[in-house]
Amino acid sequence: MEIRSMRFKANASAKLADAGLQRNLRKAKGKFVDTRAVAIKEIDDFEGTRRAARDLRDRVLKDLDLWLERFETQATARGATVLWARDGAEICRHVVDIARRHGVKKATKSKSMLSEEAGLNQALAAAGVEPVETDLGEYILQINDNEPPSHIIAPVMHKNVEQVADLFAKTHHKPRKTDIPQLTREAREVLRSHFLTADMGISGGNFLVAETGSVALVTNEGNGRMVTTLPKVHVVITGIEKVIPTLEDLSLLMRLLPRSATGQSISNYFSVLTGVKQPDESDGPEHLYFVLVDNGRADVVGSEYHEMLRCIRCGACMNHCPVYQSIGGHAYGWVYPGPMGSILTPLYAGIENAVDLPNAATLCGQCSAVCPVLIPLPELMRKLREEQVERKLRPLAERLALKAWAWVANRPALYALGTWFAVRYLKWLAGGGDRIRVLAAAPEWTAGRDFPAPQGKTFRELYRQRQP
Amino acid sequence: MRVALFVTCLVDLMRPRIGFAAIELLEAAGCEVVVPEKQTCCGQPAYNSGDRASAAMLAKKTIAEFEPFDYLVAPSGSCADQIRTEYPGLLADDPEWHGRAVALASRVHELTDFLVSVAKIEKIPGAFEGSVTYHDSCAGLRSLGIKDQPRALLARMPGVELKEMTGADECCGFGGTFAVKFGDISTAIAAKKCDNVVATGADAVVAGDLGCLLNIEGKLRRMGDEKTKVLHIAEILAGDA
Ligand code: SF4
Repeated sequence: MEIRSMRFKANASAKLADAGLQRNLRKAKGKFVDTRAVAIKEIDDFEGTRRAARDLRDRVLKDLDLWLERFETQATARGATVLWARDGAEICRHVVDIARRHGVKKATKSKSMLSEEAGLNQALAAAGVEPVETDLGEYILQINDNEPPSHIIAPVMHKNVEQVADLFAKTHHKPRKTDIPQLTREAREVLRSHFLTADMGISGGNFLVAETGSVALVTNEGNGRMVTTLPKVHVVITGIEKVIPTLEDLSLLMRLLPRSATGQSISNYFSVLTGVKQPDESDGPEHLYFVLVDNGRADVVGSEYHEMLRCIRCGACMNHCPVYQSIGGHAYGWVYPGPMGSILTPLYAGIENAVDLPNAATLCGQCSAVCPVLIPLPELMRKLREEQVERKLRPLAERLALKAWAWVANRPALYALGTWFAVRYLKWLAGGGDRIRVLAAAPEWTAGRDFPAPQGKTFRELYRQRQP
Repeated sequence: MRVALFVTCLVDLMRPRIGFAAIELLEAAGCEVVVPEKQTCCGQPAYNSGDRASAAMLAKKTIAEFEPFDYLVAPSGSCADQIRTEYPGLLADDPEWHGRAVALASRVHELTDFLVSVAKIEKIPGAFEGSVTYHDSCAGLRSLGIKDQPRALLARMPGVELKEMTGADECCGFGGTFAVKFGDISTAIAAKKCDNVVATGADAVVAGDLGCLLNIEGKLRRMGDEKTKVLHIAEILAGDA
């Protein structure tokens, strides 16, 4: 997927001005935040469970190569083929090769963020394979001229029912309807024929279980089952960091994932798929492929950003982020929005390609407060800011201003003099009133807010005057 | 006990009366208050902007000035958190300074936390007649666990009625340099906070961090709200409001 993160600021401003989007965001916020708050209460020791999940993920990531080998051995023993992809281009090459090998004309897809990272749909289309998104949200995006998702689990969170109704009427050539069950039925009718005629199914994978060589899929629409069991070929595309040792570990993470994501105790569908169809089995694919993807992940292992690899893609951080709640997901400009995206995008797509993202946060800490695997997201954003400064990716004026200010702040007499002038200048700007309407030194502040006037003298002066 | 007041750069520049209110409260709680006169800024703006070298320089300066005292108290959860939680990591590469940072850290407190948990203040000197709504500032709340302390103090003021707002624990959008780098996002977040403040109908919005208060006051006034008072918790408790 093309990276548009360098236009973050302009895009964010446009999103703030989009009244329809703002309405949709307000509605979504209440839903996710409130339902999660209720759902986590069902777990007796939520904090202890989070710590256990964090430790589990850290344990795997420490010996990632070993767990991946074990997974490969187990999956291969059950008839699957494990392929490795270094980057998005290699994902596309593998999947197109598989499609050619099996004479695939049409591929149904259930949600896969990796396929977004790779821009797989375009590659398939170019190779003469028709890709059909079957997750309702992803389907809506696909028929809307391949619009990118704005949320990792609710990809059309930015749209409302009216917009979907227009889109369906235009695409399906049927009478326009706004009743959600009816819209869903209409999509289902369209998708059903695709399910039955597809030669290949492509899915993501929430977790890979090393001891059994299985993939775990968490979905809410049931499309995942159709995609993974009906066609004769099933391709799983997922990141190398998704592996966990045992089914027992899977159950631990599953206590946290749906609750953190959608506030559900358990998702509507939860599948653990193991191996190819056996002679005595009635369904399942004859050919099963795993495309396990690096695309920047291996470099993060053991780096100062390693905690980010714990991520189980629940979306809680973005649901609770005041910035995401204000601008939605598109402004972030790549596959992953919100706090996790502000770290993953620079790590996977290049720190120089997403300079604004780690800075576009108040560091309020709400993301790490809700993260089910205790990723210190604000801390990682701050580290990225440090790396930006080290690599001179911040504007020179900003770097110099910080240095000059710190130099002065380290010299109390000079600092006292500086603040003596500053406070009088600000007071003068306020013209005897209690506020400054336009502050040339901080235009972004006063564009939408007043700047309160200072009291008039510094604490330091007044304190000295009070001393006998 | 000898308590050194960390005034904070914002209070020094914008609202000295908060510093004096803090002194009054600490003295009312029986502390001997010292104001180290060479103090400037804790260095958080540099730290959060990625300028680690500048942040470390100011951290060392602050540690040297405050380590002689029994406690460091700041009328700001954000600055207290920087000194208490971040300094040790910031100076981790320098064994001597790391040790000094750790030795200071456990003696660093945000004002209301100190009054309730350490000094155990008995009589609140101030008086305020009216309703207030309390905004939880992010670093104080999520890093230092400041939530009940200011409310417990307010509850002991007979004239004060606390009206909780929706989302009291949500960020106001200030975020230090974020407020001037991403002004329109910051303003949009502040607008939601101010809507929640106004919806309570409280006479005053109160918080423990001046950064948030300047942001909230600036947005309230621009929205045309002239009547909601915007006060630091120290101002209410000391009765200077
Ligand atoms: S960073 Fe944490 S909260 Fe965000 S998506 Fe990943 S696991 Fe969920």
